[in-house]
Amino acid sequence: MATTEAHNDHHHKETFIQKYVFSQDHKMISKQFLITGMTMAVIGMIMSTLFRLQLGWQGESFAILNFFLGDKWAPDGILDPNMYLALVTIHGTIMVFFLLTGGLSGTFANLLIPLQIGARDMASGFINLLSYWFFLASSVIMISSLFVETGPASGGWTVYPPLSALPQAMPGSGMGMTLWLVSMSLFVVSSLLGGLNYVVTVINLRTKGMTMTRLPLSVWALFVTAVIGVLSFPVLFSAALLLIFDRMFGTAFYLSDIHIAGEVLEATGGSPILYEHLFWFLGHPEVYIVLLPALGITSEVIATNARKPIFGYRAMIGSILAIAFLSFIVWGHHMFLTGMNPFLGSVFTFTTLLIAIPSAVKAFNYITTLWKGNVRLTPAMLFSIGMVSTFISGGVTGIILADSALDINLHDTYFVVAHFHIVMGLSAVLAMFAGVYHWFPKMYGRMMNRKMGYVHFWVTFICAYGVFFPQHFLGLAGIPRRYYTNSEFPIFDDLLGLNELVSVFAIIGAMVQFLFIFNFFYSMRRGQRATQNPWGSNTLEWTTPVEHVHGNWYGALPTVHRWPYDYSKPGKEQDFVPQDVPLEEDEMDGGEGH
Amino acid sequence: MMTILIILAVLLAILTIGQLLRVFEASSKLNGGTSLLPTVAENKYQGRSMFIFMLGFFAFFIWCMVEYGPYLLPEAASEHGVLLDRLLNFNFAIITLVFVITHVILFYFAMKYAYHPERKAYYFTHSNKLELLWTIVPAIFLAVIIVYGLSAWISITDDAPEGSLTIELYPKQFDWTARYSGEDAQLGASNYNMISGTNPLGLITDGSLDQMMSELEAEIAEIKVDLESAPVDGMKQEDLTETLGKRERQLNRVRGFRSFEAANRASGNDDILVKTEFYIPVGREIDFKFRSRDVIHSAYFPHFRAQMNCVPGMVTQFHFKPTITTAQMKAKTQNDDFDYLVLCNKICGAAHYNMSIVIKVVEEDEYNAWIAEQKTFSETISPADESEETASIVSEDAISMIEE
Ligand code: HEM
Ligand SMILES: [Cu+2]
Ligand SMILES: [Cu+2]
Repeated sequence: MATTEAHNDHHHKETFIQKYVFSQDHKMISKQFLITGMTMAVIGMIMSTLFRLQLGWQGESFAILNFFLGDKWAPDGILDPNMYLALVTIHGTIMVFFLLTGGLSGTFANLLIPLQIGARDMASGFINLLSYWFFLASSVIMISSLFVETGPASGGWTVYPPLSALPQAMPGSGMGMTLWLVSMSLFVVSSLLGGLNYVVTVINLRTKGMTMTRLPLSVWALFVTAVIGVLSFPVLFSAALLLIFDRMFGTAFYLSDIHIAGEVLEATGGSPILYEHLFWFLGHPEVYIVLLPALGITSEVIATNARKPIFGYRAMIGSILAIAFLSFIVWGHHMFLTGMNPFLGSVFTFTTLLIAIPSAVKAFNYITTLWKGNVRLTPAMLFSIGMVSTFISGGVTGIILADSALDINLHDTYFVVAHFHIVMGLSAVLAMFAGVYHWFPKMYGRMMNRKMGYVHFWVTFICAYGVFFPQHFLGLAGIPRRYYTNSEFPIFDDLLGLNELVSVFAIIGAMVQFLFIFNFFYSMRRGQRATQNPWGSNTLEWTTPVEHVHGNWYGALPTVHRWPYDYSKPGKEQDFVPQDVPLEEDEMDGGEGH
Repeated sequence: MMTILIILAVLLAILTIGQLLRVFEASSKLNGGTSLLPTVAENKYQGRSMFIFMLGFFAFFIWCMVEYGPYLLPEAASEHGVLLDRLLNFNFAIITLVFVITHVILFYFAMKYAYHPERKAYYFTHSNKLELLWTIVPAIFLAVIIVYGLSAWISITDDAPEGSLTIELYPKQFDWTARYSGEDAQLGASNYNMISGTNPLGLITDGSLDQMMSELEAEIAEIKVDLESAPVDGMKQEDLTETLGKRERQLNRVRGFRSFEAANRASGNDDILVKTEFYIPVGREIDFKFRSRDVIHSAYFPHFRAQMNCVPGMVTQFHFKPTITTAQMKAKTQNDDFDYLVLCNKICGAAHYNMSIVIKVVEEDEYNAWIAEQKTFSETISPADESEETASIVSEDAISMIEE
């Protein structure tokens, strides 16, 4: 309805390219991030099923391996060990960075920040556009590295030098590694552009009445995530840059005393440990860059569907801030066994275990939010409850790994794989699903099919635990991670059955994701039409029209009068009171906690 | 097992497809007509499913413990390992408790409070008392965990006591070499510039220096001949010149080692190098030192609850006292093939997964007998007593160097 189109008149008609390709509209950019992230996730997921085939039935031949990888990397259908490492590496990289950093933050920060704070768009549409295009370029380069003669990067997603610095050390450290580094550098640029934009938008563009203590927790989480990213990603950038120097220009930031492939290496004086410090200075905050948006989404979905205020709103903000602060001083827990001074190890153990406190507060607050609620178990809500479960069951094993003494025997075993998949991988993926089901009506104006959603949730949730829970036991049996096979050592033979079980769950779990994808695209076209506020939600995004318009609101921006969690407030007829509804006389804003 | 699983998978797939078809029917028929929100029946059903899931989850947990508990690592074979296992069990007890309690509440609430239009949720925004409770209670538990954990950590990472047996583990892609310090109880000096087919750790002794220098000089001379002789094309020439420069610089560095004090150069002579398996005496503190020749590796001794990264360019260490001999462990695990292993636990290349060395833990006298049989470094490199078994390690290494 061009006639009513508000303030920032976009009188010119947009071309297809302006609207769908080089869009500067945050809603479109959000969708672009989502679709790109999903595409990457499918690739990462297929990789995981391929290497799971090898791990479940070690050394057996599978035609499908040969189909995907060809004669070079899977001769006779048996996976090549170098390719195994390459798959693991790219899988990890894709999942952590492309799905759960770019995909997750990119989608929901873009969608939710302007809509929930009452802004017409991001502070800079152009920077936002750049952020997406850097992300896309970096994705394309990462994928193109799969087709390099010597294979993609294979040193694990952490790409520690000297392994990653020396092409002599493994084929994957050749051209594939160069592309990995280029791709990650572009990725960092994308994250920084996006992050700065999110921060500025939240600080400057909140609508009238939207004080910081009336922000939905999703915005708080996305905001703090962006701050963490802006502070830590540059360090990864330097780490990557120095590694590029070591690889190409003969510097020795990370290299010393190396004799490899029958040759003395002339680079001396550096230290691989320096790289580990730089990497994990980003790497640990990165875990929270993945997790905080997930927690933010969960907060919204749980409060809305429990028809109840999120319990302890201020404590939730406090714990986000505490987690963000602590996340910068714990990175050493990845390095207890690098020969660091044991006293320093103690310090990192201490700071790491401190994080358990704000995390516990969050978990208990979620549970209390359900207590005496009126819980609508939509697919989004099921995923969110699932997320609380994985956040707890993955979090508690963190207490074990944070204990430097216990880490001695568990470091780099499958116990770690189980831990980080459950606490970070599953929590964030489940929350991302929750977010998609919950905000799909906002994104596409239609509902996702609920029945398919239920099937998708249950198979995913069961398989997720089926894949990762048993891995604790593999780890406790002493099986190291990143092993192409563990049938080399008879001491692990008794566990092969468990590996097989894990692989079966992994394959079923992967297949059911296609149901989700089907539901996604099917509903986009043919789903039931959404109403303006289908979930009966309080936040501002549901005051915008169903159809997407530039500037988000027809007419003036809404004014905010209350916190976002007035669900089932006594004395109200409806069980929700949107944020733009003025307070009645004598009514207290529920967020004013004492 | 396999067939059951496949059947299970197929069943699940069929179920899924069945569900799907029903869904399609429903959605096409009712498009526009169904409520946007779950019905009362759906809520109830999903809530109940949540609780049943939880029961299934706990059952799966117990099944894993019963079925695979026996195959976890056997009892710790080192003194500090016993301590660590106790600490681990203590922590596990706490986290299992937390896990079970929170999950019961979470899934119970999901079932109990499933939506009903008649009910209104309780408007409960916050409670300082409750929030304080779940800040302080975890803090107390964590304080205990931290104090207990760090006291273990500090005692484990203390300096090795006097009289420990020092052993160096030196990994490369993809094997391990163990080095004993010999009679002088001193690991001899070493440098990566000295590494050669006969000197896999690059020990610096008078013998190895002579050998290294003559090897390098010979190679340099050869390259020079190549360069001067006959037509070599431009590329080749460049390569040769580059190699020449490298060898010359290496020779220079090696020459520098001559200025080491004689005593220093002597202490490597009696060092003992072994591959594939090495012996340690039970009941004696072993002080391991680690270096690496190429990339980062990690020496992982699962049965001793010990691990340390091996990083090129630096020396790391870990000490422990083995308490159970290999023979005793064979009896305990009722497995005649049991052997203690050091595995590599830091991704290091294609064969990372089978890079290991066997440790035999034996009684002191057996150890003494074994070590007395081993050749010292000076014996292995001096060409004088050329015998067939010039320690397998040397020839093996020479071969692998040639391959490289
Ligand atoms: C289909 C589901 C998935 C399966 C079956 C799966 C399985 C695995 C396995 C078996 C490994 C190799 C462990 C090793 O040998 O070190 C691995 C590595 C990894 N996965 Fe997943 N995974 C899945 C989903 C995810 C998700 C959602 C994430 C996002 C956080 C993720 C992140 C990682 C990371 C970071 C690594 C480590 C890569 C490395 O070692 O360099 N995975 N995964
Ligand atoms: Cu961390
Ligand atoms: Cu290794």
